[in-house]
Amino acid sequence: MVDGVGPSPAIEIRGARLTYGATEVFHDLDIDLGGGVWTGLIGRSGVGKTSLLRLVAGLADGATGEVTMRGRDGARAAGRLAYMAQQDLLMPWLTVLDNVILGVRLRGGDRFDSNTLARGRHLLAAVGLEDKAEALPAALSGGMRQRAALARTLMEDRPVVLMDEPFSSLDAITRYRLQDLAAELLTGRTVLLVTHDPLEALRLCQVVHVLAGAPAAVQSTIAPEGDPPRDITDRRLLALHGELLTGLAAERRAA
Amino acid sequence: MSVGRAAVTLLGLIVLWQAVVWLAATPPYILPGPGPVAAVFAAQPAMLLGHAAVTAVEIAAGLACGAVLGIASALSLAHFRPARRWLLPLLVVSQAIPVFALAPILMLWLGYGMASKIAMATLIIYFPVTAAFYDGLRRTEPGWLDLARTMNGTRRAVLRHIRVPAALPALGSGMRVATAVAPIGAVVGEWVGSGAGLGYLMLHANGRMQIDVMFAALFTLAAIAVALYFAVDAVIRRCLPWQPETSPTMEAAPR
Repeated sequence: MVDGVGPSPAIEIRGARLTYGATEVFHDLDIDLGGGVWTGLIGRSGVGKTSLLRLVAGLADGATGEVTMRGRDGARAAGRLAYMAQQDLLMPWLTVLDNVILGVRLRGGDRFDSNTLARGRHLLAAVGLEDKAEALPAALSGGMRQRAALARTLMEDRPVVLMDEPFSSLDAITRYRLQDLAAELLTGRTVLLVTHDPLEALRLCQVVHVLAGAPAAVQSTIAPEGDPPRDITDRRLLALHGELLTGLAAERRAA
Repeated sequence: MSVGRAAVTLLGLIVLWQAVVWLAATPPYILPGPGPVAAVFAAQPAMLLGHAAVTAVEIAAGLACGAVLGIASALSLAHFRPARRWLLPLLVVSQAIPVFALAPILMLWLGYGMASKIAMATLIIYFPVTAAFYDGLRRTEPGWLDLARTMNGTRRAVLRHIRVPAALPALGSGMRVATAVAPIGAVVGEWVGSGAGLGYLMLHANGRMQIDVMFAALFTLAAIAVALYFAVDAVIRRCLPWQPETSPTMEAAPR
């Protein structure tokens, strides 16, 4: 599925730190993201998951640390990643198709270029929105908007995709379907998924890091078996989910 | 606002006005009744229309100049750091000078014709447009800017494709305020010195105790102001179809 971007690089985060006033959110944190696979980051809110993701994205507001990409070329992270947030971040004045090709316009490309438009439409079809290309985002449901955001993320065609609770504002059924869709369409890319839904992390990721403590550290790392997206009726997955949830709940009481 | 309701309101105000004239028995040189004022409209329509045209052109030209200058200033303030450093303080200090106090000076420089009135209207419109648009440009949704950064958008493209469209509703509010104050600039200009226009007519009629003519001029001015406001409002709403409920008249409408 990764066309023309080469093998997706692994990412090393070294010595990440974030301080809010006198509180150290995390300190000397090291995390590895495997190349071409999904890595999940879960933990209670305020543990610094999003700050870590923003550090990788080059949007760091306060967090510092070294982020290196281990690809063929060892190029820097900036310019090689796509970002998908909890809010769909669709521009209300642009049609769905124009939103999908926003990146092309922002880089000074031609929005009427037939290749660009064809690719945009193709990706809209892939997320099941081919008939909404000319609609304004306001006419779309929450699930459709997030699917449009997914198409926009794919349009960027970057080897690294950073997702910050991308499905958390959706209802359970829509979320489930979008997880399947994202897993399918982002296969082969290096994905960092920040979520507060343990089941989501366990379904989609090859490796799940649990962040806990103050200052936060990787408390445990789970590698569920099988290929994502995993069946949520699978007993091993449900058992892992139970363990994880119990662990997180215990940590929350202690905090 | 429905036409029927507007007509009822207008009729009610005219009845009230007539009642005040009857009950207080005001002499016609203090408060003429609706009858004598209507008689002025009937007797001298060409004269009123001629002065109205002069004032309307002054207002429209002032609005156009003020809007163009205001938009250009806001864009340079948002885009160029030196402009922010040098122009912004100047802009704020310039607002400490009452524009009306400048009227005689403008008259001296630009003469008794339309130019000085257009300059007055421009000055009075410039600030609300600049302030509102610049404010809008500064308050772009941070998530959109984050997204644009991960898309490697150039500063110029981000301004053009994200910050400007996002600030258009704010510009619309500024334009509405500007439209409401524009007639003040033109009329004050005419008061200070002119040979035509509704402001001139009012001053002229006042000197000759033609209070009915004064009122006729006043109503003509009000009609121009209201028509202009609704025209600008309609244009703004047409340009921003993605922005629902942009005007106070829209909010009041569905009941």
